[in-house]
Amino acid sequence: MLARESDSSQEPCLKRTPLHALHLARGGKMVPFAGYDMPVQFPSGVLKEHLHTRGHAGLFDVSHMGQIALRPKSGKLEDAALALERLVPQDILALPPGRQRYAQFTNDQGGLRDDLMVANFGSHLFLVVNAACKAEDEAHLRAHLTEDCLIEPLPDRALIALQGPNAETVLAKFCAEARAMRFMDAGPHKVMGIDCFVSRSGYTGEDGFEISVPAEEAERLATALLDQPDVLPIGLGARDSLRLEAGLCLYGHDIDTTTTPVEAALTWSIQKSRRSGGARSGGFPGADKILGQLDGGALRARVGLQPEGRAPVREGAPLFTNSDDLIPAGRVSSGGFGPSLNAPVAMGYLPTAHAAIGGRVFAAVRGQRLPLRVAAMPFVANAYKR
Amino acid sequence: MTTLFTSDHEWLRIDGGVATIGITDYAQSQLGDVVFVELPKVGRALKKAEAAAVVESVKAASDVYAPISGDVLEVNDALAADPSMVNSDAGGKAWFFKLKIADKSELDGLMDEAAYKAHTA
Repeated sequence: MLARESDSSQEPCLKRTPLHALHLARGGKMVPFAGYDMPVQFPSGVLKEHLHTRGHAGLFDVSHMGQIALRPKSGKLEDAALALERLVPQDILALPPGRQRYAQFTNDQGGLRDDLMVANFGSHLFLVVNAACKAEDEAHLRAHLTEDCLIEPLPDRALIALQGPNAETVLAKFCAEARAMRFMDAGPHKVMGIDCFVSRSGYTGEDGFEISVPAEEAERLATALLDQPDVLPIGLGARDSLRLEAGLCLYGHDIDTTTTPVEAALTWSIQKSRRSGGARSGGFPGADKILGQLDGGALRARVGLQPEGRAPVREGAPLFTNSDDLIPAGRVSSGGFGPSLNAPVAMGYLPTAHAAIGGRVFAAVRGQRLPLRVAAMPFVANAYKR
Repeated sequence: MTTLFTSDHEWLRIDGGVATIGITDYAQSQLGDVVFVELPKVGRALKKAEAAAVVESVKAASDVYAPISGDVLEVNDALAADPSMVNSDAGGKAWFFKLKIADKSELDGLMDEAAYKAHTA
């Protein structure tokens, strides 16, 4: 009966993060993910890891993600900011030093090549991109920004996320400045005396931090954090259920090259200055399509979905607006079980006319039509420290 | 009463003409926290190797196959109400369904406990 997860020991070419040995020592169950051998769960299991993160603090290895420094050749940060604005629909120029912002690389059709975090470190911009996209992102940056920027990938840095209500107390023991940081603050800080980049952000909906640390110091830092009584190591399984409850998109599933930021309900991330009538309106790939949708609406929308029964409705399930329709109106892009809600939870795409909260749709699962309600996201309230 | 095992980690307890079917402790340890179980309808005629039930962890859904052919006599409603029983007592209280054995010869290809232990070693 087992749909066995592929056993990562059978795959010879997997890369390892600087915390790989630590995962094995902690009993991590390793699986291939984006070309890396990563822990999907630890002995406590996905359910407990998820609840522990919401209740206390969890430590995640996200070193597979790409870290890139974007340095202005002119020495003026605004030149790097304006250059990056040619690739993203976000306002980077107005991003103050010490602050971070969510952004997307768009394509000429208005779809998404990747989503990313952009931080202003004063002298340069610091980008965190998805593992599966990082080689293409780097090539994309080189193809379009080489004239204005030095593009410096940082493969010798690990990335550790510390998430949950106790994250501040834990990190403050090693970095007193952490306490004063607010949601989306980001910059260089010493942690345990190590030169790190710390941001107050994450991918769980909880308060927390992401810490970029030199690879050779990563295990020492992670071990010190894990030695704190409130902290458990958390695998990719709980990372996925946490972000799903938080309503956050997973690239390659909820967003991809065929979904625009407007369809993906990410319009909040596009500042006025880049919209129609803004000071730097457009000027990014697919601007005509995206600005057109911002002004006139899109035909479909990403929505939250709560199954009425107990059965999880998973990615790929076709969605129908009537229980006996033959042609699907949309599909589930992510779905599973939400441990904090103690209920199944999903997100997916529906025609805008059927995207209103409270509406009822049906998913085809194993030959049945299961009812779901269109629901507001996040499913679990954010706990960001603003 | 004899307990037999399949190579895909299900157990059958044979009591006369009736087989009680569940998944093994090894299977539950591989699945992780079980959050949903779907059971077949009582009276359904199952063919050997047909998908009969579903067990879902936080991460993934897996089918439970009918290890032999037969009509469903009874299902474990307590398991549907509390799927975490699979994790706490896979070989006991967390049985899935009972079948009226249609063809005893289908039992011949199944493993005994020693053979199953060797299979999972």
